[in-house]
Amino acid sequence: MSNDISVGKAAPGCKKVDPILVADNVTRQFGGLTAVNVDHLEIPRGMITALIGPNGAGKTTLFNLLTGFDKPTTGSWNFEGKDLAGVPSYKVARLGMVRTFQLTKALSMLTVMENMRLGAQNQPGESFFAALIRPLWSSFEAKITARAEDLLKRFKLDAKQEDFAAALSGGQRKLLEMARALMSEPKLVMLDEPMAGVNPALTQSLLEHIKDLKKNGTTVLFVEHDMHMVRHISDWVVVMAEGKIVAEGPPAIVMKDQAVIDAYLGAHADTDLGTVAIKVVKEKK
Amino acid sequence: MDWSLVIGNAAAELISPTTAAYALAAVGLAVHFGYTGLLNFGQAAFMAIGAYGFAVSVLYFGLPFWGAVLVSLLASVAFALILGIPTLRLRSDYLAIVTIASAEILRYIVSTTSLASVTGGAGGLSAFAGEFYAMNPFPEGNYLFWPFDVTAKDLWVRVVGWSIVALATLLVFALMRSPWGRVVKGIREDEDAVRSLGKNVYSYKMQSLVFGGALGTLAGIIFILPRSVQPGNYGTGLTFFIWTVMLLGGAATILGPVVGSMVFWVLLSLTDGLLQGLVNQGVITFLTTDQIGPVRFILIGLGLMALVVFRPQGIFGNKKELQFNV
Repeated sequence: MSNDISVGKAAPGCKKVDPILVADNVTRQFGGLTAVNVDHLEIPRGMITALIGPNGAGKTTLFNLLTGFDKPTTGSWNFEGKDLAGVPSYKVARLGMVRTFQLTKALSMLTVMENMRLGAQNQPGESFFAALIRPLWSSFEAKITARAEDLLKRFKLDAKQEDFAAALSGGQRKLLEMARALMSEPKLVMLDEPMAGVNPALTQSLLEHIKDLKKNGTTVLFVEHDMHMVRHISDWVVVMAEGKIVAEGPPAIVMKDQAVIDAYLGAHADTDLGTVAIKVVKEKK
Repeated sequence: MDWSLVIGNAAAELISPTTAAYALAAVGLAVHFGYTGLLNFGQAAFMAIGAYGFAVSVLYFGLPFWGAVLVSLLASVAFALILGIPTLRLRSDYLAIVTIASAEILRYIVSTTSLASVTGGAGGLSAFAGEFYAMNPFPEGNYLFWPFDVTAKDLWVRVVGWSIVALATLLVFALMRSPWGRVVKGIREDEDAVRSLGKNVYSYKMQSLVFGGALGTLAGIIFILPRSVQPGNYGTGLTFFIWTVMLLGGAATILGPVVGSMVFWVLLSLTDGLLQGLVNQGVITFLTTDQIGPVRFILIGLGLMALVVFRPQGIFGNKKELQFNV
């Protein structure tokens, strides 16, 4: 089946018309266990791509490898044509590929506003000697503060900006982490389970934020177990199971793919079930 | 018991150069631990580098005062790099192990007999501060008022010591309000999060280690100006006193370490004076005057335990910002 994202038919490891991130032969072994074994993967630019799969499929490990937080056993990958293998994580972030974490990493004893300001790039006052001369960085600080206020308003955290991040609820920390990642104006934002623990009332607005990102030209790659969200906002879905990419394609089609249903239900009947996947199985019966 | 003597001696500690030295070393440690989250258990080594770097430069190499200060600071930077390069990529516990060990290594090196011609061996070094006191602008005579009355020489070392403390405090204050301070505080909270925001965490930890260590080194110089260099002073005990001073005032505070040092030394002097008085008057019969020294430190230890239990954030600390969460 053809579509306008992949070159030719959608299949695991298929080529994309305009990829932003291309990974080749990326593997990661923990002792005898091969956690990630990806032959070829391309993430389409300007699209929202969902990475799904049962628990233990290697989704987060793949995130860690691609962003330099873990070193692969083998493999190479490039972001906008720049080879990223062996590049430290902070440089990956500076190139415009920013991630969030599954276990939220809000900086608890910093205020919400300080968390946000920390997300901005190229603040001259972050160098030791320039930090001592306020005029060198105060105007930049005002600029990023304004941007932070705007983002916090969109994420409905503006009333909390002077509170310590420790005082936020789990869902609010998730929002803060995402807003903080956006402070750097990334080209590719990688969200690890952005919906986990977020109040359903907020889910809808969070979905809108992610769609807005796409509108502004940011590429989004996210890991999620909430199949409703995956179907609702993603343009492309990549399915992993046991470290491998088992299926790829537009959401409506991938959700009906036998390999996906097998991955979620067959080999791992005891693991996390997406609601849609269940529905698909029922419909088949 | 002569109350005016006991209280006078205790009050004099408020402005003594030793108090200034401890305060400065604790400010450095606050940069390491309170703000960056680095577990440095070798602040005594940085002080020893100040002491020996200065004294050896003057006595053995014949350098002038400023040259000796510069050599100490360069040695301190080199030491911080040697400690930091292998350990700052690892979890903070490793820095704790390496710093405590290297402080001891340093102390053993300076007290070896084969180096006695340079470092003075176990006897230490003295008579190196001549040029410093020759710079004294205050004419001979007595200054200030009871209980702070001092000679011109004493006044000079106090003025210099406390000026450096004031400058260092201002410097740390400015840094911690700046974006640089925000990054190191972020590192204290979660390194990986800061890394994911594009900051070179390793470099910031190194800068913090070098900066706090340099403050420790300056503290080491202030500490020896009114006395001789004794290798026995630079044991782990000194490191733990500096930790006590920092925690007493509040680890992530600007003035905490300074006030902590004052409280520490006033209490030490006060308990000494009181116990001496009580033993001499026969009120306390189960102690001899020789035992008073150690008993003071037992009391200080009990005080520190009480502090940890009842006020973990220190005198000035914000309970929300920092507790004993090592």
